Amino acid sequence: MPVLRMRGIIKRFPGVLANDRVDLDLFAGEVLALLGENGAGKSTLMNVLIGLYRPDAGEIRVQGRPVEIHSPRDASGLGIGMVHQNFKLVSTMTVAQNVILGLQELPFVPNMAEVAARISELSDRYNMEVDPQAYIWQLSVGEQQRVEILKLIYRGAGILILDEPTAVLTPQEAEELGQVLKVMQSEGKSMIFITHKMGEVMAFSNRVCVLRQGQLVAAKRTVETNPRELARLMVGRDVLFRLDKEPMTPGTVVLELRDVHAVNDKGLPALRGLSLTVRQGEILGIAGVAGNGQRELAEVITGLREINEGSVLINSRDLTNCSPLAVINSGVSHIPADRIGVGIVGDMQVADNIAMKGYRKSPMAKHGLLNRQRIIDFARAMIDVFQIATPTPQTYVKFLSGGNIQKTILAREIDACASLLVAVYPSRGLDVGATEAVRQRLIEQRDAGRAVLLISEDLEELISVADRITVLYEGRSMGFFPATEAEVETLGLMMAGAQNEALATVGREASDAVGPDALARPS
Amino acid sequence: MNLILRKRESVSRRAAILVPLISFAVSLLFGALLLAVSGANPFVTYAAMLQGAVGSAYGLSEVLVKTIPLILTGLAVSLAFRMRFWNIGAEGQLTMGAVAAAGMALFWSQGLPDWTILPLSILAGCVAGALWAGIPAVLKATLKVDETLTTLMMNYVAILYSEHLYYIAWRAEGYNSGTERITEVAWLARFAGRAHTGLFFGLILAVALWAVFRYTRWGFELKIIGSNPTAARYLGISIARNIVVTLLISGAISGLAGAVEVLGLSHRLQQGISVGYGYTAIIIAWMAQLNPLGVVFVAFLMASLLVGGDQIQMKMRLPASVGVVLQGMLLIPMLAGSLFREFALELRRPGEEVAQAKPVEVA
Repeated sequence: MPVLRMRGIIKRFPGVLANDRVDLDLFAGEVLALLGENGAGKSTLMNVLIGLYRPDAGEIRVQGRPVEIHSPRDASGLGIGMVHQNFKLVSTMTVAQNVILGLQELPFVPNMAEVAARISELSDRYNMEVDPQAYIWQLSVGEQQRVEILKLIYRGAGILILDEPTAVLTPQEAEELGQVLKVMQSEGKSMIFITHKMGEVMAFSNRVCVLRQGQLVAAKRTVETNPRELARLMVGRDVLFRLDKEPMTPGTVVLELRDVHAVNDKGLPALRGLSLTVRQGEILGIAGVAGNGQRELAEVITGLREINEGSVLINSRDLTNCSPLAVINSGVSHIPADRIGVGIVGDMQVADNIAMKGYRKSPMAKHGLLNRQRIIDFARAMIDVFQIATPTPQTYVKFLSGGNIQKTILAREIDACASLLVAVYPSRGLDVGATEAVRQRLIEQRDAGRAVLLISEDLEELISVADRITVLYEGRSMGFFPATEAEVETLGLMMAGAQNEALATVGREASDAVGPDALARPS
Repeated sequence: MNLILRKRESVSRRAAILVPLISFAVSLLFGALLLAVSGANPFVTYAAMLQGAVGSAYGLSEVLVKTIPLILTGLAVSLAFRMRFWNIGAEGQLTMGAVAAAGMALFWSQGLPDWTILPLSILAGCVAGALWAGIPAVLKATLKVDETLTTLMMNYVAILYSEHLYYIAWRAEGYNSGTERITEVAWLARFAGRAHTGLFFGLILAVALWAVFRYTRWGFELKIIGSNPTAARYLGISIARNIVVTLLISGAISGLAGAVEVLGLSHRLQQGISVGYGYTAIIIAWMAQLNPLGVVFVAFLMASLLVGGDQIQMKMRLPASVGVVLQGMLLIPMLAGSLFREFALELRRPGEEVAQAKPVEVA
């Protein structure tokens, strides 16, 4: 009997069917990998399981008993716990304090010595070295993750959900996490491991469930499958289609990056010697798992992030570490990854948001004065061209849907684009119609002689839209090749860190020749 | 049946007008309870307050006297707040403005033609206020030093420095405190009782700032910075430069408030130049929702409360603190009520589907 059985789980959001009759079984002492692209419904399903979302339909049984899970506290009572991607720790408190935080059954004045002793005992047993007296802010990301796991074990969790646990870890830490999983497994605990990296599926899991567009498309024993098959199941090759596109006619080089190094917000290396060029009339696609330097790449080009080493040239002018305004003035447009946090000002009108690049110049402004009528007229024209569904140009942008917010940004950025368009995840979270529109706009820009840098996690999008593709892995390029020669499986393996030699193996031999070792991150 | 708060889909014009009115009524009700507990007849007391503030030419002119610095500092603070720079140093900037204006009129304009003294004194006040606000602004823009602390602490420096001047360095002979009276050519004209032409500076600036916010590129940039600083940076707007420019102007307006207090009212630097106008300005700025025209009305309302509160002390023999408490009573419902401009209160039966305000991004 499975320790957990989910049957027919349906969860709808406005305009999206996030989980479509999903069935899932979890047995004692196994690691189940939950594989799928962004937006496939993995996190939704797990949020249903720990009580953050209520399913619209379906049944959950724990140890054979039907349960209703209304909150994470209910889930905790059933022995289900989750380690989120963003840790839920209080950084100014100690490990021991964090572990008991929120525990109901503790006395008013908890015996901290006893708690610390218990934590030490658990950390010994599971090989997770952590000092109970240390403050969270003193710990590395990997250590913080151990605290999160200890927190669940301390509460007696038998079912642990790990949401992309290796996304924040170094290769060594990822390996250590693998050992921890093995020990927990031997103690009969069950784990659900959310990921979209094939290498980890092969290395860590006993079984794998693949979700695609909200549906469970496969549930297999790991030894009976291989990365190639999983990549195909995850992406769904049968839906692969190519947009109508003229052959490219590349002109002069617009963007050139030479050996660029930069760090992320935490000060860790994000770009490690990246070089690339994009020409007029060309779309360069950047593939890769989020967190491999994509965001930083877009930011160093647009002047939003400091470059520690190397240089950025736009139209042969050195714009290394220039202000964002200097970059904008050289004709660069940017569709940012975080459209609500960065791309728009929600508390301002659609018309204002569309004008936020053009307001510096005539006809929208003269001698520092804005011409409101011209701004509204311009917005009306853009709303028409880009088919933005908004009641009026004066409506606040925050009241628009995600797709229409993205169209508002596109309208502004494409209108202002003179030489280079940097598009980061431009169709993420959009429905089919809006996605088509966005992709078509990118190709139009290319055909109009602009250079386009398209950063995407959607391999299908990259293959159908881009002219050349490279995979970004740990801040480096894994090589450039024409989109016409790219295959989903090959890209998927490169995204997981496989080197070209390993890919050659995939090409030559049967797919099961690729063991987990070939896919593990190079350390 | 459940009462729930639902985020409004658009800003309701009806709510924008009704909410402050209802909040005001609620405040009066709370105030009445308090008065009744203190043994005063609420109706009589309110009537006395109203009568004291606006019921006579004298009362009204005293209200205007207090309205002037409140408008100016209210404008100064709301300008800084528009770009989320928490300038709580209007009090110090006002004080430095008063010091510089008095210094110019008393000492530094010796030998200059008479007609230059008034404009130079006003200018000196503005420059001093601007510099006093400029220091925290530069610290914030270059070193990210928290402005709430620096602006607040610079208030104490300014106030103690002004005390040093009127108690010691600039003290007029034969007095315990206070400077000599400034020359009459540097006085601002009065038009009703003690109400002086400083009022027109406030009114003109209010309209000017309103137009700047609405019709200029700079106003547009300030709004973007204030609403979403991350987006501002991404759009190529320099936040550091705007902080410094905005704060120089904000400080200059507070400095002007101090200058006109000296030039229009006290005619010397002395104790009591500011009685907390710079702090009341923070409340005014919020109540006016940072709208410059709103500042004018709210400043008048606050001035009426101050004068009316003084009156009930005398007429109703209530303790002085009751007036202050009544002011607080007014503010709490007004500020709490602003919630209902963004949220609508709805009745919902259990089991009914809760409408999603925003589509949730599926990960």
